[in-house]
Amino acid sequence: MENLIPTTYSYLAVSAVMFALGIIGVMTRKNGIVVFMCIELMLNSVNLALVTFSKMWEVSSPDTAVGATGSMLVFFVMCVAAAEAVVGLSVIIALFRNKLDIDINNVNIFKW
Amino acid sequence: MDAAILQTILFWIFSLLGLAGAVGLLINKNPVYAALSLILNFFSIAGLYLSLGAEFLAAIQILVYAGAIMVLFLFVIMLLNLQDEKGVLKYDARRGAAFVIGIAFVAEMMYVFRSFFDDSVLGDFKYGSVEPIGRQLMTNYLFPFEIISVILLSALIGAIVVARKHTYTD
Repeated sequence: MENLIPTTYSYLAVSAVMFALGIIGVMTRKNGIVVFMCIELMLNSVNLALVTFSKMWEVSSPDTAVGATGSMLVFFVMCVAAAEAVVGLSVIIALFRNKLDIDINNVNIFKW
Repeated sequence: MDAAILQTILFWIFSLLGLAGAVGLLINKNPVYAALSLILNFFSIAGLYLSLGAEFLAAIQILVYAGAIMVLFLFVIMLLNLQDEKGVLKYDARRGAAFVIGIAFVAEMMYVFRSFFDDSVLGDFKYGSVEPIGRQLMTNYLFPFEIISVILLSALIGAIVVARKHTYTD
């Protein structure tokens, strides 16, 4: 029971494994939307690592204005991820309109 | 119940559920099931945020990610009416290479964490609530906060411009 108690390593390990699963998904899947969801998974795992670091290093002090830097970073990452999801999905819709398919192996008009 | 025991239980439940969701995203050939697995993963990450004491981020995670972004994904998946992807679990050289790269990444990150950080037990943390975050947003991070609104507006306009049906009338 003693060595089941999570330390910061436990959270960082979960974050690293999730990021690696996202990498594997981006490299193996062919469906464009699933590749996109794997990118979201990677963003989320980085957020988890940021919150863990925030918990590790932001010492508690009465002055709350110095804390919460990690939370602010996660907040901005989430906002940018929302904007990115909107633009990416509209690109996928435009792709589907032109090719009736979102298999990323068939999207090679920029390949030379 | 003791706080350490509660945190242990929360951590194991939510980390295992989150990893199961991530694996489900990789192995489901139907994109709707993959999106639902990703929602499971997002909820588990919200639980991990709670166990770390970041309750505002946990709420935002559920509202923005599991609520808004994944609904958008599901809308697009159902709008496009996609077929199941073929050969998701079939082995080939590219998948083997991806797997090796993933394992190497985890090993490398764990080596870095082991080398540079001491094995610290999770300490006291009280910056996860709304009050310090709101205070930061209105003082130190006011300019990035305003920039975020411009980013969201430009994403909105950009999405409309990219996804609309092009009719050339000139």
